[in-house]
Amino acid sequence: MTALLSVRGLVKRFPGVTALQGVDFEVRAGEVHCLLGQNGAGKSTLIKVLSGAHRPDEGEIRWRGEVVSFGNPTAAMRSGVAAIYQELDLVAGLSVADNVFLGHELSTMGFSRRSEARRRTRALLDRLGHPDISPDRDVGRLSVAHQQVVSMARALSLDGQLLIMDEPSAVLDPDEVRVLFGIIREITAQGVAVIYISHRLAEIREIGDRVTVLKDGRTVATGLSARETKTSELIALMTGRVLDNVFPQRKPVDPAAPEVLVVRGLADGDRFAGVDLTVHAGEVVGLAGLVGSGRSEILETVYGARKAAEGTVEVDGRKLRRGSVGAAVRAGMGLCPEERKSQGLLLDQAVYRNITVSSLSSFASFGFLDDRAERARSMKLTEALDVRPPGVGRVVRGLSGGNQQKVVLARWLLRECRVLLLDEPTRGVDVGARSEIYELIRELADSGVAVVVVSSDVEEVLGLADRVLVVREGRVVHDGPADEIDESRVLDLVMEGHAA
Amino acid sequence: MSEDTAAVPAQKSAPIAKESSISALLGSPAGRNTGLVVALVLLCLGGVVTAGDRFADVDNLLTILRLAAVIGVVSVGMTFVITGGGIDLSVGAIVALSSVWATTLATQGIANDLHWIVIVFTALLVGGACGLINGVLIAYGRVVAFIATLASLAAARGLAEIISNRKTQIVNVPGFTAFFDASVLGVPVLVVIFAVLAAGGWVLLNRTTFGRRTFAVGGNPEAARLAGIDVRRHTVWLYTLLGLCCGLAAVMLIARTTTGSATHGGLYELDAIAAVVIGGTLLTGGRGTIAGTVFGVLIFTTLSNVFTLNNLSISAQAVAKGAIIVVAVLLQQRLARRSGA
Repeated sequence: MTALLSVRGLVKRFPGVTALQGVDFEVRAGEVHCLLGQNGAGKSTLIKVLSGAHRPDEGEIRWRGEVVSFGNPTAAMRSGVAAIYQELDLVAGLSVADNVFLGHELSTMGFSRRSEARRRTRALLDRLGHPDISPDRDVGRLSVAHQQVVSMARALSLDGQLLIMDEPSAVLDPDEVRVLFGIIREITAQGVAVIYISHRLAEIREIGDRVTVLKDGRTVATGLSARETKTSELIALMTGRVLDNVFPQRKPVDPAAPEVLVVRGLADGDRFAGVDLTVHAGEVVGLAGLVGSGRSEILETVYGARKAAEGTVEVDGRKLRRGSVGAAVRAGMGLCPEERKSQGLLLDQAVYRNITVSSLSSFASFGFLDDRAERARSMKLTEALDVRPPGVGRVVRGLSGGNQQKVVLARWLLRECRVLLLDEPTRGVDVGARSEIYELIRELADSGVAVVVVSSDVEEVLGLADRVLVVREGRVVHDGPADEIDESRVLDLVMEGHAA
Repeated sequence: MSEDTAAVPAQKSAPIAKESSISALLGSPAGRNTGLVVALVLLCLGGVVTAGDRFADVDNLLTILRLAAVIGVVSVGMTFVITGGGIDLSVGAIVALSSVWATTLATQGIANDLHWIVIVFTALLVGGACGLINGVLIAYGRVVAFIATLASLAAARGLAEIISNRKTQIVNVPGFTAFFDASVLGVPVLVVIFAVLAAGGWVLLNRTTFGRRTFAVGGNPEAARLAGIDVRRHTVWLYTLLGLCCGLAAVMLIARTTTGSATHGGLYELDAIAAVVIGGTLLTGGRGTIAGTVFGVLIFTTLSNVFTLNNLSISAQAVAKGAIIVVAVLLQQRLARRSGA
């Protein structure tokens, strides 16, 4: 069987970096080919080269046996290759049908054929198992999962033969992921190939056929069986080292430890109500719940980034002013927000400035900053956290997800905060860096910090937390020790609100 | 400072980089200013070649600096607002209003009775108050900066016309005129004021918590807020600071023209924004340079001077100005893409 797509010796250089230095793999029609690799391994660059957004410097891409060079994404789409990026490239304000045919509008003599576009969109959505999405809806009003379906319809609208999906599950809930997998199975049965990128090994086992592993811009293994290759082998290939235990050992929480964070009857008048939460020094509390269950809103309200309608938040027995981040930070709270890039970091500024931004006054005398002290303190922290590449003068944008997360953590380490709120601390963080971040969170807790972790990854919540709270539709439906509950019970609670 | 951090990745990057040495130089912080210096030197050469001694004359150069001083003060303030992610279209109108308010018969009367400094304080107070109103509207009223300051532009100039009754108000406060007409070691006081303000502005932007917060707020306001910075209060401070600069510029303009008028400061908003942008400050916020702004101001003022000495029309100057802005911004974008890839 000839390959649909085959890639040989692909090299892509950017000023200052060689992102790809020899990538080989091939994709067969009708298969789900998974790309694995740590952040910075070159996956994103590879997608961009394959979909025509970047031109390769060396190497060849064969599409259905012929050497091709896609000048731009539209050319690639016309040949049948389409990429669906993490940040969906849909235009809010336009209808579903308009988005599907954006860039290749159906027209006769300059007049758009709206009803034809609507009809074909309808057919594509039906093919994707979503007759419930109307072609006339404004895309901006659809859920993320539905927007993803529209992106897929767009990709298929030009007779797509290869779909490249970059971490499609990162923004989805477990049940939405199941629906997505159903769609993928259907389109692959029709002969469409899918290149699937995810950090979640469990997903790759479930949906993937074969796996290619990238490391440092090179293919280190290709054509592995997605179901039979051992996890330890995959991780070893990705990281170049062997990991045995991902989650660090828990120390029992001292029952006499003081209550650091006490939340009583918190409500925002809209998304959640009646939230009680107590975190002792040295304790990690996990909040599990679906996207949209109110878990992130709860965290942001505790932090003062959203204004509470009712209830109180106390740190070390002192009540905080409502809706004031400044008050929360002064009281010793820190937040690592969900959207690291848009909410957490000053992407175009140096690492050390990102670290010291919350502690500027401690480096200042009469308003004048001691730049050298800032760099020195940041250097110590980045060395302790093993931020790579080293150097606090680097711009944060160039770091991988895991290292960016470490920079945000370093910001709060510098303040020696009492309460650390972590929203999706390992989203977009690769397996190797992930266990380092777990380690770090544990160390912080052991040093007496009260930690709250929100995550859609139930395994992560259970592995990391001492105590687990399950949030469903804005209510806390369960509060108990982590070792007395298992993954399936948490999932039941998350979806149904009661244990099955 | 802001400038050298931006360049670090280029210097430390892997040796595979194959940038041409020229673009590498232009991308570095010293290089960015070098580009501006080269442009200024070329302009001066053009001046010497076309106008000879009439250009390369100490008096002429001091004239250039005196002209640059007023718009320069506004531009330094504008650098802060733009670096902080904002924009202010009302600066020219605020200069006009401050100049008029500070030169009414009533103000001049008090100034003659008490001290000429009254004029200075009045202008600063009016400018600062206008900036404060802008800031509060934008930060707490959540009005988009472009619209809020567009409204101030209309309102402030209108108010200036009402107060002055559309008449030019001549200043007759001997102490005031004497002070600002003086020179320090041969350098006009106006130029000294600009130099001191620019130096102070550089220190404030690059060496203080205020400056660092400005970069943070402009770079990513949401991240700055979640890091514990009071973004709204800081925004108010930024616009107030620019308002004060406008008040100061009004004082300097009153001194230079010995008048206060509702027509003062015409199109200052565009001149100031243009100088800031060609200096290398990002219009989207998060990156700003005072040195670049100073060069931007000098380039535009020298250009006007060379054109005037060659009897070229104001219209020709405007065309040349437009071309410079476009070239500078295109160059900036190229450099940004290189360092961003």
